Amino acid sequence: MTATGRHLSSAALALALVAGGLGTILFLTPASAQEAVQPAAQEPAEATWEAIRFDVVGDTAIGTGEGIVAIEAPYRAHDAAIVPIDVTAHLPEGRTVKRMTLVIDENPAPVAATFTFGEPQADMAVSTRVRINSYSWVRAIVEADDGSLYMSKRYVKASGGCSAPALKDADAALAQLGKMKVRFPEGADKAAATSTPITVPSASTTADAGGAKRLKAQIMIRHPNYSGLQMNQLTQLYIPAHFVNDIEISQGGRMLLKMEGGISLSEDPTIAFDFVSNGSPVLDVKAIDTDGKIFSGAFPVDTGRS
Amino acid sequence: MRRALAAALAAAVLAATAPGAVPAAIADSAPASAPASNVAPLDVAEVAPGVFVHEAPFALIAPANRGDIANLGFIVGDDAVAVIDTGGSVATGAALLAAVRAHTDKPVRYVVNTHVHPDHLAGNAAFAGEGAKIVGHHKLARALAARAPFYREQADRQLAPADAAQSDFLAPDIAVEGTMRLELGGRELLLEAHPTAHTDADLSVLDTATGTWFLGDLLFAGHLPSLDGSLTGWLAEMDRLAERPVARVVPGHGPRAMAWPDALVPQRRYLARIAADVRALIAEGRSISAAAESAGLSERDAWALFDEFNPHNATAAFQELEWE
Ligand SMILES: [Zn+2]
Repeated sequence: MTATGRHLSSAALALALVAGGLGTILFLTPASAQEAVQPAAQEPAEATWEAIRFDVVGDTAIGTGEGIVAIEAPYRAHDAAIVPIDVTAHLPEGRTVKRMTLVIDENPAPVAATFTFGEPQADMAVSTRVRINSYSWVRAIVEADDGSLYMSKRYVKASGGCSAPALKDADAALAQLGKMKVRFPEGADKAAATSTPITVPSASTTADAGGAKRLKAQIMIRHPNYSGLQMNQLTQLYIPAHFVNDIEISQGGRMLLKMEGGISLSEDPTIAFDFVSNGSPVLDVKAIDTDGKIFSGAFPVDTGRS
Repeated sequence: MRRALAAALAAAVLAATAPGAVPAAIADSAPASAPASNVAPLDVAEVAPGVFVHEAPFALIAPANRGDIANLGFIVGDDAVAVIDTGGSVATGAALLAAVRAHTDKPVRYVVNTHVHPDHLAGNAAFAGEGAKIVGHHKLARALAARAPFYREQADRQLAPADAAQSDFLAPDIAVEGTMRLELGGRELLLEAHPTAHTDADLSVLDTATGTWFLGDLLFAGHLPSLDGSLTGWLAEMDRLAERPVARVVPGHGPRAMAWPDALVPQRRYLARIAADVRALIAEGRSISAAAESAGLSERDAWALFDEFNPHNATAAFQELEWE
């Protein structure tokens, strides 16, 4: 893998700043209204991916993610500014997950975010919510510890997610900027098993080989996460991109997960992920936005029922 | 260039579709000697003396309906007229103005916008020539600044090109914080800026003479409510609204006049259902996609446009309530 997370995020940002006047559609406009203009169902083209592939992964060969990486997303987004994405992976014997990159081909900044894992683990589960600007392939590229890449993709019909206005309640949102919350959703494994038919075995197991407990944590941060494509009518200027571009979660001083990039994450960015608890009672979360503002918090680890 | 051409086209279309210059007058109100207008007036009914309402169909904005999907109204005083909401396009606003002119030649002094959504205020520009002041919630200007560019793109997708090209989201001239009284000559309107509910800039208009209360999209009836502000805020505000003794209310979408507070019952039930379902899903650790698929489904048969708005509402509710 020739491209690093840092490289990806700066390239992504540059692309976003260049892009202007993109985005169409729909706020409070149901997706069904667009149905009629869609061409007949067939595998959508991948020309965009072919054009950006080198910037994302260089010339490293990409293996199929079939049976290794699963990505879930609604085929038709209910809200293009809040599209839930779930990625799970179970690597072949002996390999561990080093990094997962989320790419939204048709977004002005295609690399949505890169997730780097601190502890060697064969299984991975990450969920987040993203803005999607137009009908697009969404791909999850998992990099193993030996550098090999595995990719899976889903097609999502969504429009206007990047230019959709943020802040339903502007005063409340600004008053709470930077506020954090961490949840340990108890039934999450069960929910994933029933709502998404994932063929990848594993990530839903509750115990690792060594018997360590596998937990799911959801990190939430209050932030408008301006994409750079929202315009202010009074000034006729695009609201500058302003988003959380770095989140690091650690337990007892050991890094569990690091998110870099983040331009396409939805307002109030959230990341849910599985981890094997090292027993330390506290999760530390540190986030930095593109203005250099630092948000941090320490949260008790809730091991859930049983 | 493109804009000018489109405007010319729009004028041509309007001229072509107008059925002559005879306004459809309601029996007991003589048409005023209106200025020459070749725009077909919107169909309105007088729900109380001097209070006129256009009851719009339940639909999404589409080229054929020209954005005429939200209830609109006007109130006639001794000296002047106040218009309440202007429709989803300048063409619909012009048709509302024609309806005003079919009933009175008094000047339109105020155009009141109940909130930021395009189906309620995209017709403002039709009243520019009347010298009317646009009145809105004190947060409306900010909401419009953030949203108008997006709404303009949206209009390109939802309206015919000629109608979309006219899109011009005019900001309010008068900002209401708390309450404000507007004088129309022997008739006073009481405007109230509400805390975040349907949106963060909801404004209601009470005609004190007849007890007719225009609630904008604080009230939906028959048409599924859409959530773009705060679910908990809306539920709390409904409790306060329900206590107000008024003769009748006009919903933003629904029948032109309804009894109060009975009219609120279904909306309260639906929003409470969404809140309860979403809270249960969050407690179970279910995902936001699960909420979009399952929250509120027991309400499905009770509403028009359920499938079009419910998943969006459930998603918004989840994003709000997961912070509790
Ligand atoms: Zn509305």
